[in-house]
Amino acid sequence: MVKDILRTYRGFFVLLGLCFVAFFFSPLLGRKVFTVALRNILFMLSVVPPVFILVGLFDVWIPREKVVKRLGEASGMVGIGIALALGALAAGPLYAAFPVAEVLLRKGVSLRNVWIFLGAWSTMKIPMLLFEIQNLGLVFAASRYFMSFLGVLAIAFLLDRFLSLEEKNRISPF
Amino acid sequence: MGDITTFVLYGLALSWLAFSFARDRKKTEQALRKAWKSFAAILPAFLVVLLILALVVVLLPEATIATFLGERSGFLGYLLASVVGAVTLVPGFVAFPMAKVLLDHGAGVAQMAVFISTLMMVGVVTLPLEIRYFGVKAAVWRNLLAYCYAFFVGYGVWIFVRVAR
Repeated sequence: MVKDILRTYRGFFVLLGLCFVAFFFSPLLGRKVFTVALRNILFMLSVVPPVFILVGLFDVWIPREKVVKRLGEASGMVGIGIALALGALAAGPLYAAFPVAEVLLRKGVSLRNVWIFLGAWSTMKIPMLLFEIQNLGLVFAASRYFMSFLGVLAIAFLLDRFLSLEEKNRISPF
Repeated sequence: MGDITTFVLYGLALSWLAFSFARDRKKTEQALRKAWKSFAAILPAFLVVLLILALVVVLLPEATIATFLGERSGFLGYLLASVVGAVTLVPGFVAFPMAKVLLDHGAGVAQMAVFISTLMMVGVVTLPLEIRYFGVKAAVWRNLLAYCYAFFVGYGVWIFVRVAR
């Protein structure tokens, strides 16, 4: 039991040790590391629970056939549009998107659409766009958004090309 | 800003949960168990990433980022902006005001656009996490492609801003 925990959290403990080393060399910097780490962890714990609850509910309630039809291999432009919208309307840091991507794959969303979703989540979120306009102006924000839109699609299509069928099946064995 | 989106997310999750509970108790239980399982599975990787992030942020504070990107321009600044954006993980509501301050202090539009783009699309720190979900090849390729594409974003935004002026 204890051994399992030690093994699963191996990386965490190693890094925690590193933080203590930093603290030993420079108490000031070390304390800052711990403060920032604690703040990051608390932030993660406050943002992530609803994401996982939504993932669980989605998993249980939404039938696979429906998802496949709308977002699967044969979904075409509609699928791309839905994937973009799903990502753009999301909230939270990119690491919260990965578990969502996993459940989407399990429900039969095509890999290409999952990458479009991830790309949109990373850089095309609508709330972020509004904030960017506020800070950097309409021209800067809108042109960056437009360029990102092209990039998200290009990256998804290129990734689809680069990976062999076998590799794709390993990512999405569903 | 971040608070509002989190609030909406909680609202969505809780209302769906209530609806689910009213409709089917067993399914709700199942959903929550699945939620907990996928959370517990990824928690170790989350913690690792967050600790690395803390170390990076403290060793590479915002002031340092600012002096590097603010003072230098040209291709070196461009390259530097992209690297800093790729390795750091500053949330948007910190990055945008920061970029504005840098722009006001003479940083280039292209540098800022490439900085924001790599910041959002490339995550060296979150790479271990991404590999857990997508495998090494796909995760590395996605980040690499996003990194290269950021330069196009920088160039594109630079052109748009120039034309608009």
